[in-house]
Amino acid sequence: MAEELATGWGRALVFVYGVFAVAATGRSAVQLGEDAGKLPYWLSLLAAVLYLVATTCLLVGGRTGWAVARIAVSIELVGVLAVGAWSYLDTDLFHDKTVWSHFGQGYGFLPLVLPFAGLAWLHHTKPAADR
Amino acid sequence: MTGWSYGVILAISGVVAVLLVVDLVRDRAAQDSHYIGLGVLQVGVLAQLVGGCVALARTERELEGAVFVSYLVTVALLPVVGAFFSLAERSRVGTTILLLAVATVAGLELRLWDIWGGTGG
Repeated sequence: MAEELATGWGRALVFVYGVFAVAATGRSAVQLGEDAGKLPYWLSLLAAVLYLVATTCLLVGGRTGWAVARIAVSIELVGVLAVGAWSYLDTDLFHDKTVWSHFGQGYGFLPLVLPFAGLAWLHHTKPAADR
Repeated sequence: MTGWSYGVILAISGVVAVLLVVDLVRDRAAQDSHYIGLGVLQVGVLAQLVGGCVALARTERELEGAVFVSYLVTVALLPVVGAFFSLAERSRVGTTILLLAVATVAGLELRLWDIWGGTGG
């Protein structure tokens, strides 16, 4: 499957990742501006960076873009699951909503769906071994 | 800018979303009617951007002004960006992208409403 990463359904993915990159960057910037000492705010920044990397890699495409996108989306999946579970266990630490807390509840649970959609798309567009 | 502007834009988003879902079920690319609806939505969010900034300048209340304006700007950009993305993909993917854009506008309107209301009411 040598489809372009950013065409077809990939374009829809780029759109959503782009929106989340902007949303997460904005939120973490505001929150860190208020109080840079809170871990959840830094996790929001991590989410923002991963969304930015994923968006860029999908747009750039190619073998490297695909590989880096898979790493970013994999970390994103682990992140949203870990932070989502953690935020239920330690409600004091996650007093303020962040992108990944409660599995992205504040964002219609899209942060939870997005890495699965991303990995499915990357699997679908996997570069052939001989190219 | 009072609460009604959010209601109006939410209503427009709802109508456009229904149109989009109908054609998505029919497996059709984005239609002219969708873009007209999106145009109406764009006029609405632009008016809200201007009105929101004026209201923010006039109000005496404590608000997160920067956050409020950044949401207003994002919401004003979404229909245009969504339209460009969907025009590049003349299939149900394009229709889906418009639906995602409209849903995002609706979600941000709810947030704007919260921010304008403030935590103290």
